[in-house]
Amino acid sequence: MSDYLLAVKDLHTWYTGARGRVHVLDGVSFKVRRGETFVLLGESGCGKSMTALSIMRLLPMQFQNNISGHVQLDGVDLLQLPEVAMRRMRGRRIAMIFQEPMTSLNPVMTVGAQIVEVLVQHTTLRGASARAEAVRLLDAAGIPAAGQRLDEYPHRLSGGMKQRVMIAIALAGKPDLLIADEPTTALDVTIQAQVLDLLKSLQKDFGMAMLLITHDLGVVSQMADRVAVMYAGQVVEQASRNDFFKSPQHPYSQRLFEALPELDKRDRELNVIPGTVPALDQEFVGCRFAPRCHRAWDACEKNSPAWIALPNESGLRCLLADATWSGAAPAPKKSAPMALNRTPSDTARGGEVLAIHDLKVHFPIVKGLFKRAAGYVYAVDGVSFQIPRGRTLALVGESGCGKTTVGKAILQLLETTQGSVMFEGAPLHSLRGEALRKKRREFQIIFQDPYSSMNPRMLVSDIIAEGMMAQGIEKDKEKRSARIDQLLAHVGLRTDAGQRYPHEFSGGQRQRICIARALAVNPKLIVCDEPTSALDVSVQAQILNLLKQLQAEHGLSYLFITHNIGVVAYLAHEVAVMYLGRIVEQGPVAQILSTPRHPYTQALLSAVPSVNQAQQREAIRLAGDPPSPIDPPLGCHFHARCPRVRQQCRERYPDPVTIGSSVVRCFLYSDATK
Amino acid sequence: MLTYIVRRVLYAIPILIGVNLLTFTLFFVVNTPDDMARMHLGGKRVTPEMVQRWKAERGYDKPLIFNVQAAGVEKLTDTIFYKNSVRLFAFQFGSSDDGRDIVQDIKQRMLPSLAIAVPAFVFGLMVNISFALLLAFFRATYVDTVGTVLCVAMMSISGLFYIIAGQFLLSKLLRLVPISGYDTGWEALKFILLPIAIGVVSGIGSGARWYRTLFLEEMGKDYVRTARAKGLSEYLVLFRHVLKNGMIPILTGAVVVIPLLFMGALITESFFGIPGLGSYTIDAINSQDFAIVRAMVFLGSLLYILGLVMTDISYTLVDPRIRLQ
Amino acid sequence: MSASITKQRLRQWLLPVIALASVCAYIAAVWMYDLKTVWLWTDLLVYVLIVSMAAFFSVAKRRAHLREPLQRIVENRTAMVCLVVLAGFMTIGVLDSVHFRLPSGGAGDHGKRYAPEVTSILDLLMAQQRVQMEKTYASPLSLWQYEKVTVEYPDGRHERVYPRLQFGGAHIAPGAAHRQDILRRVASGVGAGLMMGGLIALLALGYAMSRHAASAREVVSGVMRATGAIPWRAMWLTLFLLLIALGVVWALAGEYHVFGTDKVGKDVLYKSVKSIRTGLIIGTLTTLVMLPFAVFLGILAGYLRGWVDDVIQYLYTTLSSIPGVLLIAAAVLMLQAYIHTHPDLFPTEAERADLRLLFLCIILGITSWTGLCRLIRGETMKLCEADFLLAARAFGQHPVGIMLRHILPNVMHIVLISVVLDFSGLVLAEAVLSYVGVGVDPATNSWGNMINAARLEMAREPMVWWPLLSAFIFMFVLVLAANLFADVVRDAFDPRLKRR
Repeated sequence: MSDYLLAVKDLHTWYTGARGRVHVLDGVSFKVRRGETFVLLGESGCGKSMTALSIMRLLPMQFQNNISGHVQLDGVDLLQLPEVAMRRMRGRRIAMIFQEPMTSLNPVMTVGAQIVEVLVQHTTLRGASARAEAVRLLDAAGIPAAGQRLDEYPHRLSGGMKQRVMIAIALAGKPDLLIADEPTTALDVTIQAQVLDLLKSLQKDFGMAMLLITHDLGVVSQMADRVAVMYAGQVVEQASRNDFFKSPQHPYSQRLFEALPELDKRDRELNVIPGTVPALDQEFVGCRFAPRCHRAWDACEKNSPAWIALPNESGLRCLLADATWSGAAPAPKKSAPMALNRTPSDTARGGEVLAIHDLKVHFPIVKGLFKRAAGYVYAVDGVSFQIPRGRTLALVGESGCGKTTVGKAILQLLETTQGSVMFEGAPLHSLRGEALRKKRREFQIIFQDPYSSMNPRMLVSDIIAEGMMAQGIEKDKEKRSARIDQLLAHVGLRTDAGQRYPHEFSGGQRQRICIARALAVNPKLIVCDEPTSALDVSVQAQILNLLKQLQAEHGLSYLFITHNIGVVAYLAHEVAVMYLGRIVEQGPVAQILSTPRHPYTQALLSAVPSVNQAQQREAIRLAGDPPSPIDPPLGCHFHARCPRVRQQCRERYPDPVTIGSSVVRCFLYSDATK
Repeated sequence: MLTYIVRRVLYAIPILIGVNLLTFTLFFVVNTPDDMARMHLGGKRVTPEMVQRWKAERGYDKPLIFNVQAAGVEKLTDTIFYKNSVRLFAFQFGSSDDGRDIVQDIKQRMLPSLAIAVPAFVFGLMVNISFALLLAFFRATYVDTVGTVLCVAMMSISGLFYIIAGQFLLSKLLRLVPISGYDTGWEALKFILLPIAIGVVSGIGSGARWYRTLFLEEMGKDYVRTARAKGLSEYLVLFRHVLKNGMIPILTGAVVVIPLLFMGALITESFFGIPGLGSYTIDAINSQDFAIVRAMVFLGSLLYILGLVMTDISYTLVDPRIRLQ
Repeated sequence: MSASITKQRLRQWLLPVIALASVCAYIAAVWMYDLKTVWLWTDLLVYVLIVSMAAFFSVAKRRAHLREPLQRIVENRTAMVCLVVLAGFMTIGVLDSVHFRLPSGGAGDHGKRYAPEVTSILDLLMAQQRVQMEKTYASPLSLWQYEKVTVEYPDGRHERVYPRLQFGGAHIAPGAAHRQDILRRVASGVGAGLMMGGLIALLALGYAMSRHAASAREVVSGVMRATGAIPWRAMWLTLFLLLIALGVVWALAGEYHVFGTDKVGKDVLYKSVKSIRTGLIIGTLTTLVMLPFAVFLGILAGYLRGWVDDVIQYLYTTLSSIPGVLLIAAAVLMLQAYIHTHPDLFPTEAERADLRLLFLCIILGITSWTGLCRLIRGETMKLCEADFLLAARAFGQHPVGIMLRHILPNVMHIVLISVVLDFSGLVLAEAVLSYVGVGVDPATNSWGNMINAARLEMAREPMVWWPLLSAFIFMFVLVLAANLFADVVRDAFDPRLKRR
């Protein structure tokens, strides 16, 4: 028996597009050992999910029969098997869990039935014994009260729970190989930490090999034994985890690390990978990464690099590693990332742009014929903070904590239930109609999803002009179009972009257009609602650089809503951590990140998988899911999950306590100050 | 659950009132009873006396909404509006323009209508679903292509042709069943076979094609990929996973029409001379019997609203995602 | 240099110039032959429809979100073949939508006199079929009447015989070869069709050569090998088949009743062709009539919500809860009563029939309005959640501006899809309604009326099958082409399908 469980050799997968063949995978090779975790790392569209689906032979229709190469599982070539034999492999020898737990379970079948189904297919268990096994599996996947969950339908479960059910289904056939395709991308950080821990321990218990697919360097660092980096349908680098994190070899891998936003990169620009991922419907000559590579020289454009095997099962697809070429390679330029020029605006010119006090937004749950409110969703329940001119406040929290609602309420896009929103000292919340419309040029918003935030039926120039027209800025047509060109250039787009439609741009470019649109009315405050969370790391760095540069130039204030701690560390001056509609801790970014005080902040930060193993905080794992904002728990909202809960936490909500320059709402510290 | 049903039923009342007001306006305000009388009596030599007598016989000689001459409550009740529109709510349909009791007629004609509509509905549903499953199973092969084109061709043929062709082929050429007519008891069977068959066949085109798209839409969803990743056969994927999910829109879509089955199949019944409510309606339209048309409009809307209520309830029964607290 | 610019400009203006030229030709004809134009309501609406379609395409050419789906339709073989067929039907429909009264010779006391009946261009083209009426039924291409009549010979003898038709095949001497004559005419019809097609092809070739600056050989081989994105070969094939069919019918119709005659001896071919306009009008005007309401109310309900939404929802739930046929029947009965009691309002039979057709469209529109309104309301509500709408509100854009600039363009694809999808259903519905007796005026030519009449004819011995068959063929071809075309349009415009 060979040491390797899975051997993928020269895998090609393609479909026929409008402009000819599109090679989604172009010669992918790697081997997975028994019991190890092998990670495929790459940005969106690099073919990592396609690799998994090719191994499982679950490719969509248009790929039918368009696959070549070898996928050997214990020496058996899966690609040569007839479909019937392949079915005995799926679920039994190889199991797979998917990215979207919300849609990957059948909504009209009970959880139990969906597990038992696998048992019936692949084992001799039937009836009561199958049910008992299903309970055991759910239990193993860490689902509390597993016996009761068996007869529930998936929609009753939270996202994290659904992913646990998916894991239980995958384990049912006792597979040798588990393929996990971005299993935690759709989950919150604290839940992601739970699921990753679970996968790790299950892998040990079941002795499975795991092929983990992710785009998150932190997850790689935490989970991997070995890593393969994919780019444009090819593996460009393979190494053991330690080697990879110590010294990534491929220029692409190096830049991925450099593009990662972190605290100690704050005072300089992030090193970005320029441009975008190439389209795969072309005939490649030379290295696919060459147009974006900071170390490319003319040979890279003409010679497609071969796979160079290196000791320790590592390897590289780069001319730098190829002895025939590397001699001619120019020395790496000493390009220390540009330090940000600190204009006076950066050192707060004083004065608050925005101050909100005790802001509450409650959505009524209407019932019945007469639409009376049967209850409320306490989305935002008493939030206060200020943003000084030219500064950034990051609002951090997991999904459903109300952070986006705060942003929309500030912009008066939602009705506020209570509290005040003061913009430059004047109340916004009481403005109505025309007065509010006039005021809107002062504050703008950038959305998370660059695809739905622009009207697909409008030209880019019309999109940017809309705000100017509505606010009566630059009424002269000539001047307006000159201003649009200027804005486009300002955000790093060509001026001919104005005559095109949004769908012709990539995600990062669209986000640039959205920024230009917001800038068009010369706002003082921009609410950035997770503007980079839909983007790849390399593109995220471009946008973060742009935002930082604009702040320095125009003295903009940002309310930066995010769940990404790295972005916070890089960009924010102040941080406010939200949990279930309230801010639990608030203070300067360095202080919060280095010495978090609130147990929730501590848990949140420790759940973020760190790229640097040495920096990984001691794990504090939270149990369960956040409670519903419809029915927030009595006392401190966090008490049900808090590892340091006391009796008084169950009785009333703690008052704010000021420690140094930060504010905490926790009983742990109220005694200290008294 | 019960309060939910009660609330849905209560919601139906304003709609029924709206329907009633609309028909009242159409039948008595846009055209006065005088107009109707003249049209009914036909010809050019219609004397005012004849018109008056025609109206009096049918109770159309009263004021529309408010009777000044009557006393007390009768000011409101002794009117056309009360007698002909409000009373519909109590299922007092009155008598037709040629003097027959409408309620009695409806009772009598309900059974033949159901005898055709119910089997046609049930078999139609079954045939359409099986055909759609077949196409979905063989998706993206020539079976699917040919089947889909066949469906489009079948739905491009007017329902009238199906009836005429069916009568010609089975009754006239092959003499398998009688062309038209109806009988009581088991004898009726030979009369209703052809109408049922035609009802089923004429619906295949649009039905199967619609269900096919539903199934294909389900097959593109993530949970189907999960099912395949479990190692289930294509057959199990289709029947255990896709069928169950696809049946939700199919069933709830079918529930709407169940109450309307009472109304019978308009065209089929009149072609085959079956004494059901469909042919009753057609005859009333042809003889311009407004009383019957009015009653059928009311009955039809009532049944439709009933269907809507049943749809909402059936959703809560078949779809576990929608549960009432 | 300037020559090529002129050429390009000429190409750009080719269609408008042709349209203008035909209008001028018509005006000249009116002036020369002294016609009295009759403006029927449905005619006017047809013109409005044509103009708005032209406007839509000129707008669509410049908008990427419309141009791309249209491009996908243009590159689809099925769609383009269907479009050629539909264009044939539409040409006939338009020719039948220009109405006038012919001068009846001699001037009366108060100026000129005109014939009482209203004529269309199509009527002039088929004048022979319109005028040459037999006594009663005659089967297709037949020489003899369907029913025997008693003939009295000069010698007093009586005999029941099938008499010769007055017009059908009158040129054939007794005993001469009937079949050979038909075959000869078919052959010459095929030839005529091919010649007509060849002529059009030559014109198109010249145009293509100047446009692409290519040699004739290149253009022809490009079409024949079907290398381009647009399925020209299939379209030309369809056109040739249509023209051959036209040529054959034309050649036969010169002397025969190609589809026989009906009970009163009217030519069935003429009736079927005249019915095309009725079908097209029901299929298109109905949706045109209802569109503004559905779009306006749907967007209003979806955007404003609250009580406005409640009222609009109540309105369409009430309307849709009445069974469609019954509501139409009730409305049409009322219309009939109205027409009956106000005969003075409708001077000619044609105008009365036309108004009834228009009312039928309006009533059908009202009953089918609810579905589209509900769809648009739902889509609007979905759009209201979209970030770009929030962005527009964040800019302080006026609600009317939001509805016009953001919502309307984003629901138009639904409107387009439903217009195209509804067409064939409405054509079929016309037949059913006419059968029930609440369709078009009995005097109007329509497939519904033909089928209705056929019901009794089927019971005769031997059977009278040709009116039914004729109606069936015309209707089936139109509806099938429309259905197949609608499928492609839906696939092209439905954003949900794009992902696959």
